[in-house]
Amino acid sequence: MMILSVQDLRKSFDGQEILKGISLHVDKGEVITIIGPSGAGKTTALRCINFLEEADSGTMDFDGETFTFGNVTKKDIARLHRKTVFVFQNFNLFLNKTALQNVTEGLIIARHIPKTQAEDTGKKMLDKVGLAARYDYYPNQLSGGQQQRVAIARALATKPEIIFFDEPTSALDPELTGEVLSVIKALAQEGMTMVVVTHEMSFARSVSTRVIFMENGTVVERGSAEELFNHPQEERTKAFLSSITNR
Amino acid sequence: MIDERLLHILADSFWKILLPGIKTTIPLTALAFSFALIIAVITALIQFAHIKGLTQLARFYIWVVRGTPLLVQLYVIFYGLPGIGIVINPFPCAVAVFAVNEGAYCAETMRAALEAVPYGQIEAGYCVGMSYLQIMRRIVLPQAFRTAFPPLSNSLIAMVKDTSLAANITVLEMFMATQRIVARTYEPLALYIEVALIYLIFSTVLTQLQHAGEKKLNRYTLRGGK
Repeated sequence: MMILSVQDLRKSFDGQEILKGISLHVDKGEVITIIGPSGAGKTTALRCINFLEEADSGTMDFDGETFTFGNVTKKDIARLHRKTVFVFQNFNLFLNKTALQNVTEGLIIARHIPKTQAEDTGKKMLDKVGLAARYDYYPNQLSGGQQQRVAIARALATKPEIIFFDEPTSALDPELTGEVLSVIKALAQEGMTMVVVTHEMSFARSVSTRVIFMENGTVVERGSAEELFNHPQEERTKAFLSSITNR
Repeated sequence: MIDERLLHILADSFWKILLPGIKTTIPLTALAFSFALIIAVITALIQFAHIKGLTQLARFYIWVVRGTPLLVQLYVIFYGLPGIGIVINPFPCAVAVFAVNEGAYCAETMRAALEAVPYGQIEAGYCVGMSYLQIMRRIVLPQAFRTAFPPLSNSLIAMVKDTSLAANITVLEMFMATQRIVARTYEPLALYIEVALIYLIFSTVLTQLQHAGEKKLNRYTLRGGK
């Protein structure tokens, strides 16, 4: 069952076209990874789809609703954010809130869930990402990997239909990426619908139901992990993959 | 050597200076600074949110107030306005002028502090379903206040001392009380030093309060680490 479908998404910054007509669709329970070189427009595409950036044109169907990019109201944005959630490269935790408060803030303030119930949910989510002993720690007292796991717990607590991950491990030291990737993998096994922009190729290979390769503002190639990584059709895909594996 | 008469004058005048300090300088500062903070937060939020029209108005207000002397502002309002029929009592006049004056400076402090909060936290707030006002109130303003706390403390201490200018518009505060005693006793050096020391005591108390306040606010910064 399709949950998200984007048609001909376009976006320019200062007269330069960054997204030149992106289309993609996501079925419920799928894990889509978007790979490609820096500057391909992966992050911009993801941000436009979650209305963090205002796209110029294109349409999007999400959970039975149709949105027209460039003509999105504040109410549309608020409605979308009730069902989606975004995990950022730089975590973006609320620095004046503890780990638990970071998770419960959106529940209590935006969704009006009673505090005790929100805290139960919050603790459950932090336990799930392996941070049972860190409820009362402030973000500045946590490592990068722990902060990103709090951010994932915060995302999960909102019971989203879909989670967008924007390079969730790019800001982490290499030895900390594993703990975050394994949390995302566990979510994939539970059937959470996710779109992940990533530079972690082995992760993309193991977790994706489908992979999208982007370059220069366009989707160059798409397919299963097996197809894209083992039998790429396009020259640009081959060049990108070999530049990465030969590093 | 300090003679007995001078010691007697100093001891006698201490309370005569401190009393208007407690009855006038402190309430004047407390009221004016509270209003200044309200003005500052509103002015800063208007600019932070880029509200059309009001942003220009905020910039104009800051430009005028920062560009003219506080003493001149006091004179315009207290001695000037009666010329067009607007008469304000000395104390409320001083509160209003100090509030509007300090509000402009504190607005810039608050704006800088708001802009120092990483924008990603605002986006994260939207993504968990919070509204702009909820994000400002719960996430951005508390962090901005922490950043603004030391410079705002500066402004508060500066205002305590600036209230001595209110003597010019007949507000009987500490400095005017001192001037009156000097006129009677002809001991300007000792008495002006005495009032200076009382201002120093006030400032010292505020400095200590600032330290205590910072400690409390530090809980989520790196220095408050477990």
